[in-house]
Amino acid sequence: MSVNWSRYSAPMAFYPLAGRLIPWFACVAVVLMGVGLYMGFFVAPTDFQQGEAYRIIFVHVPAAWMSMFLYVVMAVWAGIGLGLNARLSFMMAQAIAPTGAMFTFLALLTGAMWGKPTWGAWWVWDARLTSELILLFQYAGVMLLRTSIDDMRRADRSSAVFALVGVVNVPIIYFSVQWWNTLHQGASVSMSTGSKMAATMLTAMLLMTLAFWLYSVAVVLSRVRCIIVERESLPVWEEEPAVIQKVAEVR
Amino acid sequence: MQWGSVSEFFAMGGYGLYVWTSFVVTTLCMVWEVLALWRRRTAARAEHRAMLLGGSNETEA
Repeated sequence: MSVNWSRYSAPMAFYPLAGRLIPWFACVAVVLMGVGLYMGFFVAPTDFQQGEAYRIIFVHVPAAWMSMFLYVVMAVWAGIGLGLNARLSFMMAQAIAPTGAMFTFLALLTGAMWGKPTWGAWWVWDARLTSELILLFQYAGVMLLRTSIDDMRRADRSSAVFALVGVVNVPIIYFSVQWWNTLHQGASVSMSTGSKMAATMLTAMLLMTLAFWLYSVAVVLSRVRCIIVERESLPVWEEEPAVIQKVAEVR
Repeated sequence: MQWGSVSEFFAMGGYGLYVWTSFVVTTLCMVWEVLALWRRRTAARAEHRAMLLGGSNETEA
């Protein structure tokens, strides 16, 4: 049994598939978020240096990771869209931007909430914070560029090019704590040295990250469905046979 | 578990304001996003349906 996946590159075919996937992603996201919050607040111990303030990590790190990850995924879809001139790829890129922007905002806000008690400042112009702020402007740029161009195809291509060029900022954000002398603490989890955190802290953080990831998938899929309805001219979404019948007659 | 009482839990060792602001704003953002999408979906479908059934030859993308 082989599935013809290329079939789903057509918005019409993708629409019902996305609709079937959303509830699964949403449900697992909610469950993992519940378990992650429970572990974060009731199982993970108090940090010996930062006291209870460190618990912000359970939203801050997942939000920051998602802000970078979603940008890369958006840029990949934008690249595929430009390369193959595929409508659905541009729609995916369009659907990711608002969620990515939201997580970037949350990473900055929760970072300020963490910075004030630990550094004594809501904000400092260090490399990590500044490059993350630039990421927020990049998301805003991608979205504003799209809305400022009336012709849909040109809007698709322009915002895709903008998104692709901006992807260079993602490694800059990620490695900023190594490349520059930043106030922001270094990575707590690294591929080479493993984790510097207590096992229960790490588990809670990874559960929250997985939950945010699944949440993002659910939200982006449901946004891409909205975009398909807004941009396509066939009633892919229609559940009422009577309306489909009537549309068929009108046509 | 390290919490002796409910008020101790909400105090977060003196960092309550920072910790709870972070979690509450994150929750509000996510709930808002889901509600906004739900409204967008309803509006898009209604508009699309009106366009299809109206039979008018309006600007079709």
